[in-house]
Amino acid sequence: MTRMDRTGLTRRALLGRAIASGALAVIGTGFIAAKDAAWALEVTHITADEMAALLQMARDIYPHDHVADQYYAVAVKGYDAEDKKQMVAEGVAALNAAAVAAGHASYAAIGWEEDRVKVLQSLQDTPFFQTVRGGLVTGLYNQKEVWPLFGYEGESFSKGGYIERGFNDINWL
Amino acid sequence: MVAKFELSDDSVVVVIGTGAGGGVLSNELAQKGVKVVALEAGGRYLPEDYINDEWESFGQLAWTDPRTTSGDWRVAKDFSGLPAWIVKAVGGTTTHWAGASIRFQDHEWKALTNYGKVEGANLLDWPIDGAEMAPWYEKAETKLGVTRTGDRAGLPGNNNYKVFEKGALALGYKEVHTGRMAINSADYDGRMACQQTGFCFQGCKWGAKWSAAYTDIPAGEATGNLEVRDHAHVARIVHDDAGKVAGVEYFDKDGNLQLQKARVVCVAGNSFESPRLLLNSASTMFPDGLANSSGMVGKNYMRHTTGSVYAVFDKPVRMWRGTTMAGIIQDEARLDPSRGFVGGYELETLSLGLPFMAAFLNPGGWGRSFTTALDSYENMAGMWIVGEDMPQETNRVTLSETKDKWGLPVANVNFTDHANDVAMRNHAYARGQAIYEAVGATRTFPTPPYPSTHNLGTNRMSENAADGVCNKHGQTHDIANLFISDGSQFTTGAAENPTLTIVALAIRQADHIANELSAGNL
Repeated sequence: MTRMDRTGLTRRALLGRAIASGALAVIGTGFIAAKDAAWALEVTHITADEMAALLQMARDIYPHDHVADQYYAVAVKGYDAEDKKQMVAEGVAALNAAAVAAGHASYAAIGWEEDRVKVLQSLQDTPFFQTVRGGLVTGLYNQKEVWPLFGYEGESFSKGGYIERGFNDINWL
Repeated sequence: MVAKFELSDDSVVVVIGTGAGGGVLSNELAQKGVKVVALEAGGRYLPEDYINDEWESFGQLAWTDPRTTSGDWRVAKDFSGLPAWIVKAVGGTTTHWAGASIRFQDHEWKALTNYGKVEGANLLDWPIDGAEMAPWYEKAETKLGVTRTGDRAGLPGNNNYKVFEKGALALGYKEVHTGRMAINSADYDGRMACQQTGFCFQGCKWGAKWSAAYTDIPAGEATGNLEVRDHAHVARIVHDDAGKVAGVEYFDKDGNLQLQKARVVCVAGNSFESPRLLLNSASTMFPDGLANSSGMVGKNYMRHTTGSVYAVFDKPVRMWRGTTMAGIIQDEARLDPSRGFVGGYELETLSLGLPFMAAFLNPGGWGRSFTTALDSYENMAGMWIVGEDMPQETNRVTLSETKDKWGLPVANVNFTDHANDVAMRNHAYARGQAIYEAVGATRTFPTPPYPSTHNLGTNRMSENAADGVCNKHGQTHDIANLFISDGSQFTTGAAENPTLTIVALAIRQADHIANELSAGNL
């Protein structure tokens, strides 16, 4: 099972904060954490390196600089599953192979987004890429916790709609 | 008192589908004392059941049974199993529709005459016209409580409308207003006024938008003449040795095949399911499907020339607040071939929530070009293009190799734009972008069509039996007691959102069927 710990207060998450050096830290076996320990993700079916690659891939496909990693982690955590692990292993291997072919150590090790995007573009017609991209459309943008980051207010019925709450409050026209 | 009729009762009119066509027809017949069994594939949902959440609501209401697609339209690539975004529920797509309720323009009833022959298109004049339809439109507007008709006031403009209106006026457009909407601007017909909640597409939780689900259906049931059977998936229409339809086979909610006998059958399953049903009802006597001696069943599928234009500004708009589609520019709906195409188009305000914007702004798109658009979601305004598309015989519904869970071949929907459709869409994109640029848009997005909501024409009405499937009353040319009662009877699509016309035709058809039953002609 995948476990998400947003408080980041587990022993391993704290450990992750101590030793992390990049945006994401792969820490030992089956564990990945954010640098600031805002969240931590344990993997059991796929490897931590594979999860780190998926997270980077999610960020590169739908990059929003004001959206923290934890939301991308939620969007891809479902790939840590028995019936997904082969697809992930093959997909990430292909990603890394393309990165190596372009002169990099691995996909996740590429420093500039622009260079990672070139690797992704070379694979964008593959089922792996399309599965991950398609899954993110709902996996990322349908998280209610993400909506306020875009200003989207979600349902309004429970508040009586906007009839008295600014449906026509535009003031700059 | 809700009626309950025997399966063996062959005196009933069976209506298949309960949306704008079937739901209204069922009620109108019941009001006249005609006994009706309405078969609805979906379940019952009322305002308290509707969900203000785009994907969750989609899961609740949308028709997601399998369909297949082919042709050059982008929907076939991006949403290959979902050619339409329509509803499977009692009340049909009247739960989801935006409420825009505008009449056809007079010239649109006679497209072939007024546009002339268009190469590659299969244009035809309707066997009815604006004068014939005027009183039925008035009844439909009264039923739906359409704003800006009768003495009903318009809706107030929301933020998205204000941006749209300012841009439209800057470009010199004159027919710009908050629309003729089947959404109450004041309490009407026992339903409350719009609370500017948004989520019009997810079912109106206030009941301020007209939907057959909570108006015509319960009104019909209250007469004691209407029985609505939900979760009834129709498989086949059966006929007798004389070639008249005699009943309808359907799978009930428990999956058992039932046969409801019938005096008259009215098909209103929308422009995919209605021709599919006629084709799936092929028999030794009718090897090409019912009512298909013309070969036109399934052909001439139209979906309106659509598309959207979104734009971002340097300040917030919050387009999702308030009525989703209460805003229209009608100037481009005129016939003016000097623009490079025949027919016209309406521009209507539209908004999507963040989840659907991510899915539909540029399906398949990714990377910063895409995400920086969503980063400005709060500063975004949007409009929808609704234009007349050309009927083409090759745009058609056929039976697919794929079968549904009952083992019935599903509908394959083949569609490719006509050159006229492309020219119109490009014109509309440019105008839409100019409208927003006139208000200071920093970036605009000509957005491709969504899965279709306006599905029309696959059992079209024609004067001559060789040109179409049904006559001016929706009665099939081949089988006197078989009627087409939904948007599939449209001869051409016109530029207007079709629901008002479907409702007007249903009221008119109910009058005709009741008269014919009384006269002993059916």
